[in-house]
Amino acid sequence: MTDVEFLLWVRGPAFNAALFIMLAGMLVRIMEILLLGRKPNLAAARGSAAAGGLHTLWRRSIPDKDSFQRSTLVIVAGYLFHIGLFVTIFLFVPHILVFERLLGFGWAGLPSTLIDAVAVITVLALLVVLIHRLTSPVLRLLSTTSDYLVWALTFLPLLTGWIAFNRVGLSGPMLTGLHILSVELLMLAFPFTKLSHAFTLLMARWYNGAIAGYKGVKS
Amino acid sequence: MQADITIGEALREQGISRRSFLKFCATSATLMALPPTMAPVIAATLEKKRRPSVVWLSFQECTGCAESITRSDSSTLEDLIFNVISLDYQHTLQACAGHFAEHIREQVIEQQDGKFILIVDGSIPVKDGGVYSTIAGMTNEQILKETAQHAAAIVAVGTCAAYGGIPKADPNPTGAVAVADLIHDKPIVNVPGCPPIPNVITGVLVQYLTFGLPELDPLGRPKAFYGQSIHDRCYRRPFYNKGLFADSFDDEGAKQGWCLYKLGCKGPTTYNACATEKWNFGTSFPIQSGHPCLGCSEPDFWDAGSFYSALSTPTDNIGETIIYAAGAGVLAGAVLGGVHHARKKSAQRHHQPVGIDDLEKES
Amino acid sequence: MSASFERGYQALKEQIDAPIAAFLSSCVHCGMCAEACLFYTETGDPKFTPIHKVEPLRKVWHQEYSFWGKLARALGLSKPLTDADLCEWETLVYDSCTLCGRCSMVCPVGNDIAYMIRKTREGMAAAGHAPAGLIGASRRAVTIGSPMGVKLPALQAQIRHMEQEYGLKIPLDVEGAEYMCLLSSMEIMNFPEYLGSIAKIFQHAGVSWTLSTQAFEATNSGIQIGVSDIAAILVQCIVDAAEKLKVKAVISPECGHAYMAIRWEGPNLIGRPFGFRVLHILEVLEQLREQGKLNIKDREVRKLTYHDPCQVGRRGGVLEQPRQLLDMVAENFVDMPEAGKMNWCCGAGGGVSTNERADELRLTAFKRKKAQLEAVAPDALVSACSNCRIYLEDGLEEYHMDIPLLSLTETIANHLADEKLEVIHHDPHLQ
Repeated sequence: MTDVEFLLWVRGPAFNAALFIMLAGMLVRIMEILLLGRKPNLAAARGSAAAGGLHTLWRRSIPDKDSFQRSTLVIVAGYLFHIGLFVTIFLFVPHILVFERLLGFGWAGLPSTLIDAVAVITVLALLVVLIHRLTSPVLRLLSTTSDYLVWALTFLPLLTGWIAFNRVGLSGPMLTGLHILSVELLMLAFPFTKLSHAFTLLMARWYNGAIAGYKGVKS
Repeated sequence: MQADITIGEALREQGISRRSFLKFCATSATLMALPPTMAPVIAATLEKKRRPSVVWLSFQECTGCAESITRSDSSTLEDLIFNVISLDYQHTLQACAGHFAEHIREQVIEQQDGKFILIVDGSIPVKDGGVYSTIAGMTNEQILKETAQHAAAIVAVGTCAAYGGIPKADPNPTGAVAVADLIHDKPIVNVPGCPPIPNVITGVLVQYLTFGLPELDPLGRPKAFYGQSIHDRCYRRPFYNKGLFADSFDDEGAKQGWCLYKLGCKGPTTYNACATEKWNFGTSFPIQSGHPCLGCSEPDFWDAGSFYSALSTPTDNIGETIIYAAGAGVLAGAVLGGVHHARKKSAQRHHQPVGIDDLEKES
Repeated sequence: MSASFERGYQALKEQIDAPIAAFLSSCVHCGMCAEACLFYTETGDPKFTPIHKVEPLRKVWHQEYSFWGKLARALGLSKPLTDADLCEWETLVYDSCTLCGRCSMVCPVGNDIAYMIRKTREGMAAAGHAPAGLIGASRRAVTIGSPMGVKLPALQAQIRHMEQEYGLKIPLDVEGAEYMCLLSSMEIMNFPEYLGSIAKIFQHAGVSWTLSTQAFEATNSGIQIGVSDIAAILVQCIVDAAEKLKVKAVISPECGHAYMAIRWEGPNLIGRPFGFRVLHILEVLEQLREQGKLNIKDREVRKLTYHDPCQVGRRGGVLEQPRQLLDMVAENFVDMPEAGKMNWCCGAGGGVSTNERADELRLTAFKRKKAQLEAVAPDALVSACSNCRIYLEDGLEEYHMDIPLLSLTETIANHLADEKLEVIHHDPHLQ
């Protein structure tokens, strides 16, 4: 297969397949969760479960003071790479064009030189997070092969994207093609790994807040 | 045919001054990105080279490549090059026609066996026995195979000859293929473009005559001319880097000369000399004129998604994919979720109360 | 039928619901829950990481309720849950967890890990992997009516004692009283002044109340061991008594999990809403304070701080009331660092104190509370759970810290203005 055929394949059938599996897979995952159901709560409510759910949805994004002091590295590096991913994925014009195809609408992007810098910071943050996972006793106990695989699948699009943008090394079609392929691999992994948290955390936070809110506690 | 005189002799016969000749060699050196010291080498080599025969076969083509070569720079020198290389067969430029023209082709093959250069433009149809393009009762495929057998090397000029080009575009009704798809035992130099840049065509020929077969990239193109992408030499690159893109052909960004990525420019994945050599004697090239690069020197450029869709976007109909995926996901999710739900309910129905005597295992 | 792995496995299957599936799908192994758990922070042992404690539950979810999990198991890509796993996890699920729920407050993806540990206990217990101490307590709770073996005569003896001390009648089995009060065995045996205090306060505020000789025990061992069937039996007993006496509300005493048991789990355990309200004693006292029915004669001058019992505060929702009451009765009340819903556990709840095997670990974990106390340096420590109280005392003694423990209810009772009652106490905590 030539470089050009490779690029056309990743832009064509491979993208379709990845998109199909990611979307269908996530829907299956979400429905599997929802259809397990919840028993209605027969105790007298003190507060509103729905208000609690909504509250925790956003409030949980802000760590409490003690947790921040104890887990500073995890929180800072974690936020850096999440925000970095958000910026590089959603605010880079060539990517916005893809979303325009997917959603039917687009939005303004940031200067590409800024995205370039953010990508570098994100890569560094991801490396920090990996080192932490490899050295912290708690994370060494918790971590599975899947954690490391997901790390690599998250790292590769950033690395290949940066390389493709800065044109280091291989031919144009190959650089762009490898980047798109790495994104497709990430998409494929979504329904089958902890990456699903990107969607299911909304459900988890909601349930947490609802359970607490019912009792009158803001969690 | 005067195949036995050297190029140097031919030039002198034409009254071309040594000075003009050296100027041409210097231009060629620059074109191939060689240092100025190479100019005398080119001059010395060309001078001594025998005027090789060149047979130019035109198959399923639009004649754009032939048109292009006639626009090659320094036109009087190009006339000389034609004289120098003894162009013995070329449909558009040759004076004779009919059986006589074919006879000349056969003679060259016989008398210059293993020595002549074969230039091909246009793709070769192979479907239905190749009936979609025939000359003098022979299919293009037959002519090509018969001629190529005796050639020293083949230069596939234009994207059609190099990769199949427009005739090969989906659904490819004639079964068009590239030269390299049919000939596997001769060196082939691809000079793609739709059409290729005039000076690139002649430059490749000069390079071949001077240095023999040039260094080729994985797609068979001379690295000297196709080694860099449009994107890497594009004067609008600073705008790409900054993220300043034209959104339409006549918006403020377009008028400011911003990057045409959003309008579908294939510059990043296209390898050619357009951004540096340009067209019309160095006047301009598509991007400079405000139109995104089509990627015309790349294989399957016609089927690589719309010319006006950005390189980052998917080429297929993903709207359909989304609908199917959503449907499949919800359906499968309902089924699987339903099964889990039922099994859980079953477990609950078969619940055996745990009393204080059930807290320890029977020893 | 005795315990077995199959019964435990089935129990876990029954427990898994949508929230649990959402939680387990979202965990990213960030490890932040470890830093919220006093058993990890004071030992540094990674196995006490909260989400690690629910691994048995996760395995069942994965291999039963997720298609890809089932496939992975079928292909041999993941290991199924075994009885050996449950055996190994016993100390993690029971000794190193009080269900305090601090982990549930910090998890960035929103997992309620304490909720999951509570459910994991259902499987552990049905499989025969609950601690002996809790098994014994549950048996006594069901057969005798109290996990500590406190029978009615013992209660009656304490009632007579308090009636003498406080000069008040303790009402028994009064039909139509507004409140039916429960007592924990711990209070009956170790802190009977609680009973005297509520008698005094209710008299002062003009509240009609009663005890029930049929159902006086608030402690619910079923909740602690994690067997809903047993917990339901104990709750049903209370419900029957309350409905028989036609009271408006049942008051849960100064006890943590008892409140959780009757207030939040109760109706769900017996499968129907109650015909009466359930209130923690602090809620009642706060209501009385709001209504202006509590007159204070003088205020406590010692510097006081408050320990939030986990099941009352963070998991129960009674957070503001103690502070309002302390503002009323104390001159110098100061909250400790991380007070309120983020307060640290005393380390003894959720069945840990009933589990002798966990003593050493509990005392090590106490260092977290010790650090809080050192930071706030109070003259006395107030709480509203007698289990917290006795084990805070235990911890303070272990570390040679001289800080007296006070019950909030008793403190209020001791500062009530009432000329009619000249109560002679020999309460060593009062000066």
